[in-house]
Amino acid sequence: MSGHDQTTADPGTADLSHPDLKPSGTLQATQPTGHEAGHGAHHGGQHGGHAVAELPHATMRDYVIGFVASVILTAIPFWLVMTGTFSAAATAAIITVFAVVQIVVHMIFFLHMNSKAEGGWSLSTLVFTIIVVVIMLSGSLWVMSHLHSNMMPQAHELSQIP
Amino acid sequence: MSTTDWTVTAPGPEPHTEEAPKTEIVDGHHVRFYELDEHAHPEGYSTMLGFWIYLMSDCLIFAILFATYGVLGGNYAAGPGPQDLFELPLIALNTAMLLFSSITYGFAMLSMQANRLRATQGWLAVTGLFGLAFLGIELYEFQHLIHIGAGPQRSAFLSSFFTLVGTHGLHVTFGLVWLVTLIVQLNKRGLVPANQRRVACLSMFWHFLDVVWIGVFTVVYLMGMLR
Repeated sequence: MSGHDQTTADPGTADLSHPDLKPSGTLQATQPTGHEAGHGAHHGGQHGGHAVAELPHATMRDYVIGFVASVILTAIPFWLVMTGTFSAAATAAIITVFAVVQIVVHMIFFLHMNSKAEGGWSLSTLVFTIIVVVIMLSGSLWVMSHLHSNMMPQAHELSQIP
Repeated sequence: MSTTDWTVTAPGPEPHTEEAPKTEIVDGHHVRFYELDEHAHPEGYSTMLGFWIYLMSDCLIFAILFATYGVLGGNYAAGPGPQDLFELPLIALNTAMLLFSSITYGFAMLSMQANRLRATQGWLAVTGLFGLAFLGIELYEFQHLIHIGAGPQRSAFLSSFFTLVGTHGLHVTFGLVWLVTLIVQLNKRGLVPANQRRVACLSMFWHFLDVVWIGVFTVVYLMGMLR
């Protein structure tokens, strides 16, 4: 073994059969290759020294539930607006709720979001993004509506413009 | 049985790791060693999380465009408003196209898990056709609006409308380019782990675009008709 190797041991006496004791160049040989990735027995579970990159495991049940729910959650808002069953304010509130529910349905059944995906990092980055988006959206709309109502010239001011 | 103390470290000073030495039994000897190397990670083990974080940053782009539309969406400049311009049946058809493409992409993922290459490619192609239909309807709508003089330069409402909906359409366009590329890659190398990862990433991208579209048809089209 040359001095450049990160791991050195007393040469000749120890059989370095453990993968961690071998020079990094030989590590790949211990990993399974081929089609095992993605549909192993584990469903996104974390375990030490994971040998293959894990892909989210999807099921037909998830996609069918997500699709049927999405169709219903899309059709009802369109129907409400096209027929004008309720008042505009009530319809707006109802379709907002439907949109939020449908986004959650897509997240769970199509994007396979759960608290364990990627060791919880998917969910925490999502929560962070939602917080930033809510602050930015509500803040922008609030500030700009204030500006709008406070700085728009009123009718009597417009009449004084030469 | 004696404990042999193999110091498995880089030559030089003390190992600069704070971790306690680990012990393994090698050939009947207890071997204490320090792990200096990075853990071995399979290729692409962090790709899915990285792509998810990209999608979250994309989410911020759309949030900015939604905020812009929310602020400017009522400024018609004495021009046409949503009720004069939008045709809900067309938007409903468009939404159906995107929803169908979501479930067919789901079938592509299931085919991939079952290790069926041709079925995966076929479902990806069907997804692409639905995406193309969505894009065609959207382009028809845009062309129609511009033709009747309701282009992006007409009012702040239309500027923000074209920017928001157009950015979504651009994402779908790039998704389609990626889809075609992926079908070709699958043709060349089959369902190797790298290609499986790519299919899974595009799956997230595609479903994410569907999520954004939920916001678009609710906020822009349906709310617009209620004004």
